Amino acid sequence: MGTHTTEIIIAVAVFGLVSVMGFVASRWRRPTTLRHLDEWGLGGRNFGAWITWFLVGGDLYTAYTFVAVPALLFGAGAMGFFAVPYTIIVYPLVFLFLSRLWTVAHEGGHVTPADVVRARSGSATLALLVAITGIVATMPYIALQLVGIEAVLKAMNVPGSWPLIAAFAVLAAYTYQSGLRAPALIAFVKDLLIYVIIIVAVLWIPAKLGGWGAIFGAAEEKFAATGATLLNAGNQWQYVTLALGSALALFLYPHSITGVLASRSRDVVRRNMAALPAYSLLLGLVALLGYMAIAAGVTPVVTDGKPDANTVVPVLFDRMFPDWLAGVAFAAIGIGALVPAAIMSIAAANLFTRNIFKEYLKRDATPAQEATVSKVASLVVKFGAVAVILLVDPQFSIDLQLIGGVIILQTLPAVGLALFSRWWHRWGLVAGWVTGMALGTWLLYQIPNPAIGHKHFGGSAFPVKNWFDPGVLGLAPNTAVYVGFLAVIANIVVAALVTVAARSAGGHAQRVRT
Amino acid sequence: MARRGWYWLLLVPVVVPLLPFLYNADEPRLFGFPRFYWLQLAFIPLSVVVTLIVYRRTRTPADEPGGE
Repeated sequence: MGTHTTEIIIAVAVFGLVSVMGFVASRWRRPTTLRHLDEWGLGGRNFGAWITWFLVGGDLYTAYTFVAVPALLFGAGAMGFFAVPYTIIVYPLVFLFLSRLWTVAHEGGHVTPADVVRARSGSATLALLVAITGIVATMPYIALQLVGIEAVLKAMNVPGSWPLIAAFAVLAAYTYQSGLRAPALIAFVKDLLIYVIIIVAVLWIPAKLGGWGAIFGAAEEKFAATGATLLNAGNQWQYVTLALGSALALFLYPHSITGVLASRSRDVVRRNMAALPAYSLLLGLVALLGYMAIAAGVTPVVTDGKPDANTVVPVLFDRMFPDWLAGVAFAAIGIGALVPAAIMSIAAANLFTRNIFKEYLKRDATPAQEATVSKVASLVVKFGAVAVILLVDPQFSIDLQLIGGVIILQTLPAVGLALFSRWWHRWGLVAGWVTGMALGTWLLYQIPNPAIGHKHFGGSAFPVKNWFDPGVLGLAPNTAVYVGFLAVIANIVVAALVTVAARSAGGHAQRVRT
Repeated sequence: MARRGWYWLLLVPVVVPLLPFLYNADEPRLFGFPRFYWLQLAFIPLSVVVTLIVYRRTRTPADEPGGE
């Protein structure tokens, strides 16, 4: 491997160029003022189809995705490919939801998903629960973007934590200044770089490794004992429920909704549902980099005695690409971390501003005050993420992110179902949320991960045999199901039952009055 | 078909990728890819085509450029 001087110089240069773009972005599509939350937090609500495509794509397919999904195939085989069905079904699944969400938010001037819940249900409590869920689920996701950058730094043999701090400080500064315009402008560069790198990678690397047949052959050899290059009877249900649960959860994340609400029209949102799967193809190819790493004999970088599986893709690039190209690839992953981190911090800040600050602390806040609070909150969120990664074991963030996916899914009835029907009673939605949160957390608590020596919160696959004999339903003995999926079903059932009870009680009260 | 009826078509790309019996096999291979991998990647164009059809068929005059 030698020294990594060329790689580091190229990566730093690209990174610097992009940072300049972040600051210049405040003048892009020049607003009359940035002192308004619609401008700072939603980029003026005026993005067209192309900008939205780059912004939402750059937002959803994060650096962590690009290192963690192939790492999953590298370590576990076919199960890691769930990201492909997940990101295929998500767009047709949310087509109507996002279309309606955009319309409702546009008419009501809503900025966050919790704003929409507040307006639809009339319940500040329910909106607060949705806002807190969103913030709690987003925080570890921001921290994981740093894990993505860290993987690149490890592959380049860059020691110490100062590059991480520097990268996030620059990110914090231009997000503070330019708001959502910064990630929107940077997303162009990030996505184009990533597309180019991945296309080069899937043409170049297989040619060097003896073709796709040889790559899959190497994976089959590695997993010969378990046959894990295909699914087995036990993990098929996990694969399906994880794909479906993740797809249902994706557009409940506040940062996904921020990207959607920033678009100019309903038509832009709907057209993007047909265009965004291009990123899914990219993700499918990225996932297969995990098998290429197996075929290339890559071993993860070991730090403090612990192998970091997330480093397999950066190490693969380092080994296969000429130095300058590896440098560009590393910069792409680094920038790939900054775009979502910026949007996530803006989304979390908007939730705090709109649904906690304005609702509970200062009811008469002006739009300019809202923008200021949001800007400061976005700084707090980002420095919190850096502190968590540097001071606590990164595994903590990974565990939290796992929980985050399960709990954000619990806002499905309040944000999603209530958008289409006024039938749902506010206390039904609250009761469903409480049930889903409690059940989801309790199930996750029971799942160990022997590989990392964790007794709890070790994964999201719940073994059905812990509850009953899977054979009763004709399922394989080792059948597992995604925890979030179980929790959201319980959530919806309870929400419906309490709605029926509350409505019949309410109906009775009305009859008595009249 | 009534305009709203087209939305039912969206169920196809949602349901098909969730049926492992369709793709959980090695044969036939395509360019060295086992069926599990190439067929799931092939669902991407399926999803794009279906979503595009629904998008076009459910456009309202308000959605046209300059319609708002």
